[in-house]
Amino acid sequence: MNRPGSFFLAAALASLFVTAPARAQDKLEIFSWWAGDEGPALKALIDLYSKKYPGIQVINSTVTGGSGVNARAVLKTRMLGGDPPDSFQVHAGQELIGTWVVANRMEDLSDLFKSEGWTAQFPKGLIALLSARNGIWSVPVNIHRSNVMWYVPANLKKWGVSPPKTVDEFLATCKTLQGKGVQHPLALGENWTYNHLWESVALGVLGPEDWTALWTGKLKFNDPKAVKVWATFAQVLEFANPDASGLSWQQATDRMLKGDAAFNVMGDWAAGYMATTLKLKPGEGFGWEASPGTGGVFMMLSDSFGLPKGVKHREAALKWLRELGSKEGQDTFNPLKGSIAARLDSDLSKYNAYLQSAAKDWKTSKVVGSLAHGAVAPEAFASQFGTVMEIFLASKNAEAAANAAQAIADQVGLGK
Amino acid sequence: MRWRKHTNQIIGFLVVLPSILLIAVFVYGFIGRALWASLTDWGKDPSQALALNPVTRFIGLQNYRELFTGFIDGRFRQDMVSTIFFTVFFLAGCLLFGLLLAILIDHKPRGEALFRGIFLFPFALSFVVTGTIWRWLLQPGGGVNALPTLVGLRPATFDWLTSRHQVWRFDWNDLPVIIGLLAALTLAAVAVVARRAQRRRRAVGFALASAAVLGLAVGVAPGWRPLPFPELHGFNLAFIGIIIAAVWQMAGYTMALYLAGLTGIPEELREAAVVEGANDWQLYTRIILPLMAPITLSAMIVLGHISLKIFDLVFAMAGPDNAWTDVPALLMFITTFRGNQFAKGAAIGIILLVLVAMIIVPYLRSQLRKGVRE
Repeated sequence: MNRPGSFFLAAALASLFVTAPARAQDKLEIFSWWAGDEGPALKALIDLYSKKYPGIQVINSTVTGGSGVNARAVLKTRMLGGDPPDSFQVHAGQELIGTWVVANRMEDLSDLFKSEGWTAQFPKGLIALLSARNGIWSVPVNIHRSNVMWYVPANLKKWGVSPPKTVDEFLATCKTLQGKGVQHPLALGENWTYNHLWESVALGVLGPEDWTALWTGKLKFNDPKAVKVWATFAQVLEFANPDASGLSWQQATDRMLKGDAAFNVMGDWAAGYMATTLKLKPGEGFGWEASPGTGGVFMMLSDSFGLPKGVKHREAALKWLRELGSKEGQDTFNPLKGSIAARLDSDLSKYNAYLQSAAKDWKTSKVVGSLAHGAVAPEAFASQFGTVMEIFLASKNAEAAANAAQAIADQVGLGK
Repeated sequence: MRWRKHTNQIIGFLVVLPSILLIAVFVYGFIGRALWASLTDWGKDPSQALALNPVTRFIGLQNYRELFTGFIDGRFRQDMVSTIFFTVFFLAGCLLFGLLLAILIDHKPRGEALFRGIFLFPFALSFVVTGTIWRWLLQPGGGVNALPTLVGLRPATFDWLTSRHQVWRFDWNDLPVIIGLLAALTLAAVAVVARRAQRRRRAVGFALASAAVLGLAVGVAPGWRPLPFPELHGFNLAFIGIIIAAVWQMAGYTMALYLAGLTGIPEELREAAVVEGANDWQLYTRIILPLMAPITLSAMIVLGHISLKIFDLVFAMAGPDNAWTDVPALLMFITTFRGNQFAKGAAIGIILLVLVAMIIVPYLRSQLRKGVRE
């Protein structure tokens, strides 16, 4: 055997294992699903961090996929394998608490909230959503609104209709529009956007108290009131495009903008897409209204970052979390992302017309949490809700869907 | 001389030892781990699902029972039905087109090598690339649907991947009867073949077995209903697009298999047939096709296990959330990594493994026996 050769091979192999952790102290790995249209906002945050801490190298681990569908799967394999990223993006509320906090994998951030004075800076309702088991578990970066209906003001004027305020008005308006040649007045996209539409319809039918009661287990899914949600949802779907499941949410929004459809119910990241990516002027290029029947209610979701137990660069991660919760960090990130700051003292002059109106609503409306975006229900329920939706779409049977939803709620112990 | 032989054996053993160890741990070890996980309640309690050291309890076959008879697992049952339909059409398509292409090329047309390359090329792509291409082609508003407009016709209106139509529907509760009838039919077919081959005792045996199974299917099975409510399953038309893409990719590979077989047929045989006055049709149906039987079997095994495990093609074409194009492998992924139901995900994985083993193991056994005989 060739001795020197094998020696070099062994040395080379060994160096592979040795060099990696040598400069471990000055790195920070952040894990998120912000890419594409949402990438520039994350980059601005990272730039701000690098300016403040030039010695720390930021590793931006992004896994694409709307609403984090793919990122969450990757995150789980990493956490199960004992390789947690230093800080990861997660929807504030049950998506974090029901999966990671109950499994005892997160660090309590109560002390950070106290030392930074955040308990006074964030609204009480939001802190309540972030809290469980006597701890606060993540730092909210932004607030999005789920129950928004978008339209093009010029198009509505052309068709001679005004944006509907109630569910019944919405159905009547759609009927009128069909008479004027708009085949599918409501633009809808791939599967998760069905769930998104459903929660706006449900909030419109049930109202904020009953909506919240669903998630605390006080109102059953097979209660006649909740069954009515599905019946109304079926009527709404009559006006949606049949090829929805082949479209991304952006493509669905495009249909509304092009005038193939009149309305699009989507979260207010759509405003970021239309204002930042498509360079449309809020109020002129696109208009908005709370989705039918939900005026005065703010269905919220929030992206937040937590600190897993046992990370490699804890100090750097804490610095990152401090920046996320700071006024400067939130006002850097949110105007680009197309969301509003979770803090109540943000500088509104930096935001566009839509976001200013959303910030005003955020302070004055009744706040409820979103199902499709992880605020009110644990993942085990949210992921199986997709199956309920399919049962409904296949059978259009409100009773069957309601019973299936209740079966899953019982199985995952919703509200317990 | 003796010690020499011995050291050879030892060296031989040492050389294969790493691979034995790696396979024992990373294949069979993990199969065992997944089997064990599928018999526990891992994931039912959210506080243990993703804990650093999850505490799980042994619950026997409950996960399997839920999958086949549970109220909220209808999606799994539809996926099983879909995967059977997909496998049948995918196999039929690949074998038919593969054989046709092979026969065409076997006639040695001009530019034979070029055509062979063109037909084989899709096989070199990954399923993800194939899926993305066909996803674009099958958009309802363009691509394939726009083809008729080239010759001045109206565009086609089939929804392809977004279709929500289902045909050949049956109640899941009738499944025991259906399986029984199919089994009886298969046994009867074997009996007829044996009768033709003049093996009377075998024929009588299989005929009796067939009659017995038929009796069970008609007499006993209707009384056994897995679900307390009717649940309709069938063939989702959204799968047509996926079958087209899969056949497009794998037909060239099947062609290559058949071509290898065709070139292996001695020229004398063909000449003899032609001298005897056989025309082309007879040559193929009476001489060449029967000789291709082992190739067909091999192709069915290779294609069959691809189709049962299919994941990436569907993921790229229709995404993981479109229940109308869902397959068990995708559901396993979603159940495990989105729903945190690790035990149930493992159970789906084991069911897939059993299905694939049902195809592979008899083949391996027959191959091994052949090897020993030779």
